[in-house]
Amino acid sequence: MSEETLLTTPLDALHRSLGARMVPFAGYAMPVQYPAGVLAEHVHCRSQAALFDVSHMGQAYLIGANAAAALEALAPGDIAGLAPMRQRYSLLTMAHGGILDDFMVANLGGDRWFMVVNAGRKHVDFPHIAANLPAGVALELLPDRALVALQGPLAVKVLAALAPEVAALPFMGLAEITLDGIPCLASRSGYTGEDGLEISIPGDRAEAITQLLLAQPGVMPAGLGARDSLRLEAGLCLYGHDIDDTTNPIEAALAWTIPKRRRAEANFLGAAPILAMLADKPSRRRVGILPTGRAPAREGTEIVAPDSSVIGKITSGGYGPSLGGPCAMGYVRADFAAIGTDIALLVRGKPLPAKIAAMPFVPHSYIR
Amino acid sequence: MTDIRYTEDHEWVRLDDDIAIIGITDHAQEQLGDVVFVELPEDGREVAEMEACAVVESVKAASDVFSPLAGTVVESNQMIVEDPALVNGDPMGGGWFFKIELDDVADFEKLMDEAAYTAFLETL
Repeated sequence: MSEETLLTTPLDALHRSLGARMVPFAGYAMPVQYPAGVLAEHVHCRSQAALFDVSHMGQAYLIGANAAAALEALAPGDIAGLAPMRQRYSLLTMAHGGILDDFMVANLGGDRWFMVVNAGRKHVDFPHIAANLPAGVALELLPDRALVALQGPLAVKVLAALAPEVAALPFMGLAEITLDGIPCLASRSGYTGEDGLEISIPGDRAEAITQLLLAQPGVMPAGLGARDSLRLEAGLCLYGHDIDDTTNPIEAALAWTIPKRRRAEANFLGAAPILAMLADKPSRRRVGILPTGRAPAREGTEIVAPDSSVIGKITSGGYGPSLGGPCAMGYVRADFAAIGTDIALLVRGKPLPAKIAAMPFVPHSYIR
Repeated sequence: MTDIRYTEDHEWVRLDDDIAIIGITDHAQEQLGDVVFVELPEDGREVAEMEACAVVESVKAASDVFSPLAGTVVESNQMIVEDPALVNGDPMGGGWFFKIELDDVADFEKLMDEAAYTAFLETL
C-alpha cells in the first residue's frame, strides 16, 4: 500500500513532530517507534508510563434495550451480565468455530454499550454485527474518535492529576471524565500487562489532550513496536497472528472467555463446533514458549519434537526486553503442550532447544 | 585515513593487509533499532561474495548480514554476542562483526567508497 493511500489518525501531525518512524499498519500510517527506540519505550512502560496512539482501532456504540442479547448471539462472553461502567474482553465467533475478531465491550448504562475492535478487522466486524441486529438495536460507528492508551505503574496517578475519579476505578472499570474541558471515556484496561487506562477522545481535540498527557511527569510516547513486545511478554493474543478465522477459541486457550451460562445456553454463533472442542479436547493448543538460548524465534518458525517431527508453529515471537531474553507463543500438538515439555525450534534450519512455558512471561500488574 | 568501503546492503569493509574487517553501517544500525541478538560465522567458514553469513536481530525483526567479498572467516567479534548493544553504540568500531582473509584483495576496490555510499544513501 503506498504512502498516499494510507489513512491517518487524529494524532498524525503530533507523531511526526515527535520524530516518530511511521509505518503502514492495518491501512493506517502509525508510529512504530519514537527516537527513544522500542527498547527504551518498552522499559519505560513497565517502570513509569507510556502513551500509545491506538486511534486506528474501531470504536462503536451498540444502542438498544436488547443490545446485550444481540451481541451475545455473536459472541460467547457474558455481556448481559456486565454491571454498568464495567468492561470485558470477548470474541466474535464464526459459524464454523473460528474467531472473527477479539474485542472489548463495556456497559455504559442506559441501554448503551461501547465496543473497541481491531483496526484490521473493523471493516469485517461492523458489517457483520449490523447485519445480525434485531429491530430496535442500532450500531453507531465512531470513526471521528481517537483512542489513546496510557499504560504503566504511573498511568493512573498521571491521569488522576487531571481527572481524580480515575484513581478509584477497578480493573476493567470505566468513567466519563473531563480532560481539558472535553468529555472523554476512560477505562482501566490495556494491552501491555501493566495497570493503565485507555481513553476515548473526540478526534478534533485529541492532539491537545494527548499533548497535555505527554506533558505530565513520567509520560513518554511509545509506538507499535513496544506495544507488540509488551503484549507478547504479557501473553496476550494478537489477532491475525495468534488467533484468526481458522482458530477455535478452545485450542487458542481462550475457553475462559466463555462462562458457564453461555456454555449451557449454547446460543452463540459457532456454539456447536466450539463446545464440541471443549468436550473432546483440542488436538493442538496455544502455548507459551521460552527458547533456552538467546536467539529469538519469530512468527512462522516450525516447532519440532525431540525426534525432529514437526509438532507446531510459532505465531508470535521475539525478544522480551523486560524478560531479558527471547519469548514466543504458538500452537503445538496437544501431547506436547504441558508446561516444561522439551521442544526445539527450527531457526535458520537449526533446531534450537526450547521449553513450553507458562504465560504471562512477565507477571501482570493489573489492579485487583 | 583508513580506506573504508561499503555495500548497498549497508555493510562496511576495512582492510588490514589481506584481512577484511566487516560490520554494519551507522545507517543500518539506526534503521534496525536496538540490537538484541547477533549470530556470527564460525572461524574457517568459506564465504562467497554477498553470501549471508551473520544475523542481526532487533526487538522486532531479524536481518541477514552479507559478506561483501569472498574469503575465509578468520575471526568473529564475541564482544557483540555478549553485548549486542555495542552494534548500536559503536557500529564502525567496537561493533564490528567478523574478519575474513580475502580470496583476492583486489576485490576490495570494486566496493563503493565513502562518497559513493553517501550518495547512495541520499537515493533511499
